[in-house]
Amino acid sequence: MGFLTNLINGISLGSVYAIIALGYTMVYGIAKMLNFAHGDVIMVGGYVCFFAMGSLGLPPLVAVLLAVIACTCLGIVVERLAYKPLREAPSLAVLITAIGVSYFLQNSALLLWGADPKAFASVVPLPSLTLFDGQLTISSVTIVTILVAIGVMVALTLFTTKTKMGKAMRACSEDKGAAQLMGINVNSTISMVFAIGSGLAAIAGVLLCSAYPTLVPTTGSMPGIKAFTAAVLGGIGSIPGAALGGVLLGIIEIFAKAYIGTQFADAIVFAVLIVVLLIRPAGLLGKEIREKV
Amino acid sequence: MSLSRIVVRYVLAKEDSMTNNGMSRRSFVTLSGIVAAGLGLAGCGGSNQSAGSSGGSSDGSAAGAIKIGGIGPVTGATAIYGNATKFGAQVAVDLINKEAGSTVFELNWQDDEGDPEKAVNAYNTLMDWGMQVLVGTTTTTPCVAVASKTSTDRVFELTPSASSTDVTAGKDNVFQMCFTDPNQGEKSAEYIAKKNLGKKVAIIYNNSDAYSTGIYNGFTKVASGLGLEVVSTQTFTDDSAQDFSVQLNDAKSKGADLVFLPIYYTPASLILQQAKNMGFAPKFVGCDGMDGILTVQGFDTSLAEGLVLLTPFVASATDENTVNFVKAYKELTGTGEDPNQFAADAFDCVYAIYAAVKAENISATTPTADMCNTLLKTFGSGTFTYSGLTGKDMTWSSNGEVSKDPKGVVIKNGKYESLDA
Amino acid sequence: MERIKNLNKTTRSNIITFAIVIVAFVVMQALIAAHAVSHSIIGLLVPICAYVCMSISLNLVVGISGELSLGHAGFMSVGAFSGLVVASYLNASINSVPLCLFVSIVVAGIFAAIAGFLVGLPVMRLRGDYLAIVTLAFGEIIKNLLNNLYVGMDAKGLHFSMKSAQALGMDGGKILIEGPKGAVGIPQLSSFVAGFILILFTLIVVLNLVNSRTGRAIMAVRDNRIAAESVGINVTKYRLIAFVVSAALAGMAGALYAMNFSSIAPKKFDFNTSILVLVFVVLGGMGNIRGGMIAAAVLTVLPEQLRFIGDYRMLIYSVVLIGVMIVTNNPKIQRVLGDFKERFRRRGNGAAQEVDSLEGGASDE
Repeated sequence: MGFLTNLINGISLGSVYAIIALGYTMVYGIAKMLNFAHGDVIMVGGYVCFFAMGSLGLPPLVAVLLAVIACTCLGIVVERLAYKPLREAPSLAVLITAIGVSYFLQNSALLLWGADPKAFASVVPLPSLTLFDGQLTISSVTIVTILVAIGVMVALTLFTTKTKMGKAMRACSEDKGAAQLMGINVNSTISMVFAIGSGLAAIAGVLLCSAYPTLVPTTGSMPGIKAFTAAVLGGIGSIPGAALGGVLLGIIEIFAKAYIGTQFADAIVFAVLIVVLLIRPAGLLGKEIREKV
Repeated sequence: MSLSRIVVRYVLAKEDSMTNNGMSRRSFVTLSGIVAAGLGLAGCGGSNQSAGSSGGSSDGSAAGAIKIGGIGPVTGATAIYGNATKFGAQVAVDLINKEAGSTVFELNWQDDEGDPEKAVNAYNTLMDWGMQVLVGTTTTTPCVAVASKTSTDRVFELTPSASSTDVTAGKDNVFQMCFTDPNQGEKSAEYIAKKNLGKKVAIIYNNSDAYSTGIYNGFTKVASGLGLEVVSTQTFTDDSAQDFSVQLNDAKSKGADLVFLPIYYTPASLILQQAKNMGFAPKFVGCDGMDGILTVQGFDTSLAEGLVLLTPFVASATDENTVNFVKAYKELTGTGEDPNQFAADAFDCVYAIYAAVKAENISATTPTADMCNTLLKTFGSGTFTYSGLTGKDMTWSSNGEVSKDPKGVVIKNGKYESLDA
Repeated sequence: MERIKNLNKTTRSNIITFAIVIVAFVVMQALIAAHAVSHSIIGLLVPICAYVCMSISLNLVVGISGELSLGHAGFMSVGAFSGLVVASYLNASINSVPLCLFVSIVVAGIFAAIAGFLVGLPVMRLRGDYLAIVTLAFGEIIKNLLNNLYVGMDAKGLHFSMKSAQALGMDGGKILIEGPKGAVGIPQLSSFVAGFILILFTLIVVLNLVNSRTGRAIMAVRDNRIAAESVGINVTKYRLIAFVVSAALAGMAGALYAMNFSSIAPKKFDFNTSILVLVFVVLGGMGNIRGGMIAAAVLTVLPEQLRFIGDYRMLIYSVVLIGVMIVTNNPKIQRVLGDFKERFRRRGNGAAQEVDSLEGGASDE
């Protein structure tokens, strides 16, 4: 039974990583940039939802919606002010800017909301599920997290394959020049990806804080880095890859803690990543791009 | 200048920048050169002032205020503790100045981001300002780095919350307001054994944190001798302080009836939540870092029901000093949140210094090194006692460690209740 | 002056780089001697030296070799902890501070080089952002391992454990590294002079490497791996050389850094520190050694000089960071700046040319 409990916990943790990783991977796919500020957008989403529920007394679903809207707007504004002027700049310059944005968001949160932790009330006020005569308890948050992750995955896949905007997105990530020649507005497509990514970050933030209900200005940074790792593990740029990488990373983390020891869990997680990348240098589902001579 | 020439030049410059990628770097180098020069000047400007004040031994502060410096993380991951100590110290300084009717103390708090390098920078900034006594630093590793500086520069240092024994080791001028970590670990084990809180103990501690590891080591050293059986020892790190299901499952499966949490309240609140979710309800015991859990905004206090913690300070206490402190603290921060023990420790630091300053007739014109020697003799004499928010009749040994009794409290109906009565 | 102008461009640029370092050192020493600098500036000198060395060494990987490394602080920590163990060990027997410091920095370099080799072997199979994430992963692994490393010293010599301080089986003696607490009571041997010498050493190593046959091979691999391979350059070997040399230099900088403080914890050398060093390199211009050095110095001093802003300090810092990146990389702003420069050049022709020749830069991009 211990195994099953660990597996479920791993999938739950992994689902949160997966949603965060989706944001990373979409932005990377199209803008070829590592958006290190993504984790901090998650934190902002958490805070917005917290205050919407706590101070304004809104029902959870409305609060989540508000968080998504706020983060989407934030994503658009950040993209417009900080990243758009650097469209043609080398990718490392954009990386450093993203780090600057990350510092900015963290420190703004610190000034606005203080360093004291906030206890996040769960957005799913349902009782836990008890199976096998109480030997296995699954919290409702776990179930909702997994379901939402699956839902987001399916929606994103449909979006990128069926809609015009989604196809434009894929075209841009394949070849910007060619996409432009086909009449796609590359600039606005990139802006839109940032908006979607930030909206996803808000959902991830709410789920993360529901599952692990403590909110501080640095809440987003470590899950952000881990999710980034997950995105690379699955093959950065690939949407199913991000989902697979996220879930795997969650399971590995929990299993490493349970069966090898908590002391070296972080090292084991990253070691697995390295081994995977050595065997499959482009990640699990990443496309190996042949260099043409 | 005609418009056409500007246009031509613009086009030329455009071509230039398109062909020459080096442009950006060049302009940065020039730019930073200018900035560096500016900063250099600013640094020199600042130094002239300080040279004046340190050379003439605080002639500048003839107004009579003793300059207290404070160091602690106001930004970064540990900002919560730094802010608490900062505000706690500020409350004390304000109260003292109000009582005395004149400016006795002047407080200057500098951020160290919880990092030794930044702490030493902050210390140097304070020295330039003319600091005479240091309250700080808040966290352990930076405190050790700063303590070696104060020890050579002869500045008296009283730390509210840096609890490792390394902070005071080998330095005669550094004193602590909090328990040392191993001491607290031992006290906790004794307390659990004495009150018969549990026999099969599981421990979850943060092995990337000096405070937590220090208490853990102290606890395990004496636990078996006291008849406590440690059945499960699990760790987490700052980077993986989110999911505790594995640690709790281990404790549950090993049949622990008591879980000892020598950790801060932020991860502890997660542990309590997750334990409830999985239907695990042992007795939870914490240390002074646990204080503050009830005041976390939005925290479901029913989760902490029955939690036992050893803490020197209880914000809900009804004695006059605590009530006044809590009120003043809330007014100062404006957030409506109760002060935790870090704030109370910092408050006590300032008041203890005040007591010693009054007893020894120290004034702002006393040279810093003399002040340091007088204060360290007073504190280390063993006869100097101070009663404050975090303890009655506290005394200090000459090696800098404080001696005070921990208060055992249990959380009942969302409130602290004394266990010692 | 005439002779300097006749020299070849890279040599001239290198001479200027060395001259800047030496002049900065002499000026600072003079100011210190005249008591004209504040405590806070003096306290920053050794960290600045360490960060300048870090910047130069990372530039070798990021700028010259063209690989993005996000785990450079890991090598710094390997150097820092191995260096301070050696220093503590020797401090008891060797009286001479410079000798003790020298030996421990050299040992730190060797250990970091070994770590660099072990990390580099697998890493060099990867490219681009995948390489970046693996270096990040190694940085985190090193931090996690050091968080569990216990080293003690007693009459019998050194003891190591990966479990706890009790497991060291110490017979009295002193614990040098205690897991997450890191090291306390480090002998504070570092000095500005030592930092200055280390910068010079780092510069000599890197500039010589860059201008050698090996360096040209490394840059050829960076610019076009396939073309380089086709002319018989062993790609993996040259990438590995750059990586290991860079790791060794980072380790030495780490040892210098650690021995400036009496306590240091593994937490210090985390992802954020790696990023900090990367910011120096990118701001200074990838491959531009001198720019990276100046950026390191400026960005170490800047947050300290912003202290008067109080709570808004780090916020302003982040805005400055974003602003500088946009100003130096946005084509439109560059055009406007270029226009200003042009005007400036026409006005004071002589002076402007002087500035321009100074800015020749070691840019090999």
